[in-house]
Amino acid sequence: MEKQGELEPKDIRLLNAIIKKYDGKKEFLICILQDIQKVFEYLPRKALTHVSDKLDIPLIQVYGVATFFKAFSLIPRGGHTCTVCLGTACHVRGAEKVLDKVKRSLDIDVGETTKDMQFSLKTVNCLGACALGPMMVVDDDYHGHMAQNKVDEILKKYSSKF
Amino acid sequence: MKKVRNLQDLEALRKSILQEKYSEKPCIIISEKSTCCYLSGSKEVVEAFKDGLKNFDLENQIDIKSTGCLGFCEIEPIVILEPKGIIYQKVKKEDVLEIITETILNDIIIDRLLYVDPVKGKKCKTEENMPFYKKQRRFVLGNNRFIDPLVIDDYIAINGYKALATVLEKMRPEKVIDVIKQSGLRGRGGGGFPTGKKWEYASKAEGEPKYVICNADEGDPGAYMDRSLLEGNPHSVIEGMIIGAYAIGSHEGYVYVRNEYPLAVKHLENAIKQAQEYGLLGKNVLGSGFSFNIEISRGGGAFVCGESTALMASLEGKPGEPRAKYIHTVEKGLWNKPTNLNNVETWANVPLIINRGAEWYAKIGTNTSKGTKIFSLVGKINNTGLVEVPMGIKLREIIYDIGGGIPDSKKFKAVQTGGPSGGCIPESLIDLPVDYEKLSEAGSMMGSGGMIVMDEDTCMVDVAKYFVNFLREESCGKCVPCREGLERMGEILTNITEGKATNQDLELLEDLGGVIKDTALCALGGTASNPVLSTIQYFRDEYKDHIEHKKCSAGVCKALITFTIDENKCTGCGMCLKQCPQNVISGEKKKPHKIDQEKCIKCGACYDTCKFNAINRR
Repeated sequence: MEKQGELEPKDIRLLNAIIKKYDGKKEFLICILQDIQKVFEYLPRKALTHVSDKLDIPLIQVYGVATFFKAFSLIPRGGHTCTVCLGTACHVRGAEKVLDKVKRSLDIDVGETTKDMQFSLKTVNCLGACALGPMMVVDDDYHGHMAQNKVDEILKKYSSKF
Repeated sequence: MKKVRNLQDLEALRKSILQEKYSEKPCIIISEKSTCCYLSGSKEVVEAFKDGLKNFDLENQIDIKSTGCLGFCEIEPIVILEPKGIIYQKVKKEDVLEIITETILNDIIIDRLLYVDPVKGKKCKTEENMPFYKKQRRFVLGNNRFIDPLVIDDYIAINGYKALATVLEKMRPEKVIDVIKQSGLRGRGGGGFPTGKKWEYASKAEGEPKYVICNADEGDPGAYMDRSLLEGNPHSVIEGMIIGAYAIGSHEGYVYVRNEYPLAVKHLENAIKQAQEYGLLGKNVLGSGFSFNIEISRGGGAFVCGESTALMASLEGKPGEPRAKYIHTVEKGLWNKPTNLNNVETWANVPLIINRGAEWYAKIGTNTSKGTKIFSLVGKINNTGLVEVPMGIKLREIIYDIGGGIPDSKKFKAVQTGGPSGGCIPESLIDLPVDYEKLSEAGSMMGSGGMIVMDEDTCMVDVAKYFVNFLREESCGKCVPCREGLERMGEILTNITEGKATNQDLELLEDLGGVIKDTALCALGGTASNPVLSTIQYFRDEYKDHIEHKKCSAGVCKALITFTIDENKCTGCGMCLKQCPQNVISGEKKKPHKIDQEKCIKCGACYDTCKFNAINRR
């Protein structure tokens, strides 16, 4: 895990509010981590320690869960998250080509963040919107019927770089 | 809000809802509230209709019903004008004014908004005329059409929660289990285990409390019927769960749903709240003394969590690793207590069976597989969408009659069923009747109902590689055959697609597939080699082509193809030149262009762009 400073008191209050939303129940660890990630864009180390203390779950188990599931990131992510769907329906319709183009445009691989911290690139197994495949999602905006020549046009909306 | 206390109360409520809300008024049905409808601009269409009706002072004379998914995703947003049932496709907000002034006010049909059957080229005015709907029997999914998923009254109006009220008032738990057993319902999530039997085991298992779980971790890529049910008709799933809980004696339930489905979570949360307000869920359900609660847990994006023991580990807040099932989860499941887990679609079938009877249900389908099954028909198919068909229907009927065949006059090659655990079924087996046994015999499986159609442009080795890579990433790593075996299979398949493999590798691949099948710990590993073994079984020639002739006839495997420009066809328009990300296409305007093979990265951008078929891919 990366080096980090202390959490500020307001961060602690925020974490406690999230934990309280789930009554501090251990079985909601994944939901709690999801909510934390939504706020911080990733899972800060101190947040994991705090959750471990509050829920009385060993840190190794919290860490185990945070690294097991694809949805979590332990390193800070870029301002925008670009997600390409690689579901079977999207795959047979050419999702791989779209992904290759995004990789070239952003000059990063899957799971990486651009140097200027503007974009992170992720893939997802299926978004369940197969009729509109290939699908690409930037932050919360879904873009259907993707093709490699549409990629830059879309990325342009989020950054002046393209 | 007044609580509903019994069957009589519910019936009275239903009648008052019908009187209050459902007059003989014309109604505009719009498929708005589902992920893919929203993506197609459904929200704007609904707003436009609201504004439009107001402008013409029609808002009190015509109702608007905003529903979930209507199944035919290819043509959404769909607008249906009742009472005549005129159906318009791909409606945009710009079309709304015209629909109101022409069709609603003057009975004139707008031709361009009608759906055209891709097979016969005929325009269809109503659902009954559309081949897509004709052969379906939409008992489970069909109710989406009548319901605003955020309004519980809509569900009650079509006899929602009547099955629950009947069960609580008139049936003992054993009787409920009997009915489900007699109906022949089998798990819709993949395994196909008889649901009634599972309930019976759970009810007899010792230990308190008992848990009920709804598996909504729909991980199979290309399958989305569970999302559509949760988004479009969440109460049917909740009602099924309460009935199941009553039958086995459970008071706590969980819905484990993918975090990638935010809208399903939202609709489900809303539905749970509404059901509680009416006293249909929570303490003392319908005044019967029986109590049951449901909580929602969101998954973390791991395919293996669709496996019941992995799902339960994840629910306990642990990494989602499966365990060996020598003790079944109905005896020791969540927190080591008896747990009954069923899939979304299975739960949604339960109220239907109670309402219409086990005998009625058992008449639909084949000897061993009863009822209907929802498939998501996707990939290279004209009518993409969710189709609900009786078990035993032939693949051909689904793909050609309902699905309208393959787009762009391409040739059908295979259909993939069962997700990453399933297999590819070739054209020679297209008359196969679809049920649990027949699909298994063909080397595939029912799975959760993904049906991905592939055409001549799909490379079967690439498909096998895709699934193996998928599973390699999703393998939890607990057992060696799955963790290491898939890694090696992936390597061999990559070598084949790069033209570096020998015939011995192919034998090794088959061997390895067999070993993984026999020795992996859980169902994910146990079925992981299906996509490879089934493609080798039916498409051995294509593997051989890659190995012996270094050729990928579908033009997919990058290492084995080259892009060249046909001088006779190239008009020198320069489109490909502009699209090429490497700037390796050169040529003067109006003269044939050339690709520098040394620097070409084979992205295919030129091939996709060329309007004159001048780019050869070999």
